[in-house]
Amino acid sequence: MTETNASAIASRSRMDIYLPIANMSVNALFIVILGGLVGILSGLFGVGGGFLTTPLLIFYGIPPSVAVASATTQITGASVSGVFAHMKRGGVDLRMGLVMIAGGLVGSLAGAGLFRLAQASGQIDVVIGILYVALLLPIGLLMLRDAVVALGWWKPAETEAEPRKRHHRLVASLPFRWRFYASGLYLSPLAPLALGFVAGILTVLLGVGGGFILVPAMIYILGMAPRVVVGTSLVMIIAVSAGTTMIHSLTTRSVDIVLAALLLVGGVVGAQYGARLTTRLKPDLLRFGLGVIILLVALRMALGLTYRPEEIFSIEYL
Amino acid sequence: MKLRPFFLALLAPLLLGQAGPRLVPDISARAIEIRYSFTGAQLLLFGAILYPGGRTPTRPLDVVVLLKGPVQPMIVREKQKIAGIWMNADSHRFVSAPAYYAVASNRPLAQIVGERTAAVYELGLGNLQLSPGGGAQPEKAQRFENGLLDLRTRQGLYAENDNGVEISDGVLYRARISIPSQVPIGTYETETFLIDRGKVIAAATKEVDVRKTGFERFIATAARRHGFLYGLAAVVLSLGLGWGAAALFGRNS
Repeated sequence: MTETNASAIASRSRMDIYLPIANMSVNALFIVILGGLVGILSGLFGVGGGFLTTPLLIFYGIPPSVAVASATTQITGASVSGVFAHMKRGGVDLRMGLVMIAGGLVGSLAGAGLFRLAQASGQIDVVIGILYVALLLPIGLLMLRDAVVALGWWKPAETEAEPRKRHHRLVASLPFRWRFYASGLYLSPLAPLALGFVAGILTVLLGVGGGFILVPAMIYILGMAPRVVVGTSLVMIIAVSAGTTMIHSLTTRSVDIVLAALLLVGGVVGAQYGARLTTRLKPDLLRFGLGVIILLVALRMALGLTYRPEEIFSIEYL
Repeated sequence: MKLRPFFLALLAPLLLGQAGPRLVPDISARAIEIRYSFTGAQLLLFGAILYPGGRTPTRPLDVVVLLKGPVQPMIVREKQKIAGIWMNADSHRFVSAPAYYAVASNRPLAQIVGERTAAVYELGLGNLQLSPGGGAQPEKAQRFENGLLDLRTRQGLYAENDNGVEISDGVLYRARISIPSQVPIGTYETETFLIDRGKVIAAATKEVDVRKTGFERFIATAARRHGFLYGLAAVVLSLGLGWGAAALFGRNS
């Protein structure tokens, strides 16, 4: 267990609750509200929200390993909450989902190995920070650019003359093609398998479901029918985050079930409200908002890496 | 660490032989139980000083009280800026650092005892035996030691209070020591020293048990011993809550 933040001694109130795995007391109301806010966002944008929960928990003073593991547990619940609606609408490609889950579970095992390696070398904080910045920065920028163009606030100087392909050239060149009817695709299962693998690694390392990577990748790289993208990614995230919770429980033993339950109570309720808000807001405005949030998290992480940290020293118990 | 009570036991007959004063210490609680509502605890360490013949001496004596947690081996890492990024660059291992350490005295320790006595009895943060016989260069060890002490002091896990001990009429003493919520569990030891002109003339120890109870203990044990079932429970909980919310809200709309 590593401790980076010393800010654990929050103001005391009757809402304080002791976390038996994190070994510290937190304000229960604060955690529920945090879960609720992230839940609203995840309902709005169809992402698990792990990319927000984990950093916020770490800023609050929860040991990073506990934050990552418990956020993973919360993602399962948040995604279940949203998947039913998609199931009813037939917005899930089960075959594609199963292939990605297979890749994801292998990826989470690989991720657990990487986690241990990074932890042993003492660089886990930096690895987490760099990965966050490297992933969130380009995705946030892309999303923002798309949204700004779609909203008509800015017109790109030159529209690409290149005709839009069904899916990425690299994906098309892979062998053993399968038919995925629901996605309207005829492509090699190796591509979704690899995508699942990457998402699985990220789930273990960063405590994120990977929805914010899966969704764009499924649209732009695999070329899936947009109708089934969100539902399929949710099914995949549920399975992989549940598997990751198991891996954390068996290896790092840092899943704090009390912390996860508090996050979930807020999260699942928030997700329902978020899902309702979606129907009232313009989708492009939503994407703009999500882009801004992702960029802010990325910038905060980048500052954390480059600014002189509050704590030069950190302790790891043996 | 284990040698201290033995050492004190050896000293005891000497002290008795001199018919010097004796300490009768007590603690407000023998055990600290960590429950769901635990936000830290306050311990009152108090007691009486018994003088032979009941005569209180004319010059005031000093009392130093300390509370020490179990030994917790740890690695301290130091961040340095490398290629524009702050990352852990150097580390140092402390084998015998206490998980918790608080010392209180009736006036600044430096005025009560000399350096040698302070070092022998581990009085004061600067005198903690964090790592016996570490092979590192002294400056490096010192740098990491300072870093560790500073970090843990701000976390409330190490504390030094220069006027935390109150002595009434030279006979009764009391000290209040607070323990933050993130203390590790284990057997803690309190030590009380009566000091006269820089010399320890009486000492007494007592134990305090810090443990998780009830639900907290159940969870911590389950996570450690039954990882598979624990993980399964976490997954079922999250699936259930997610499904529950969806069902509840789905019906209403």
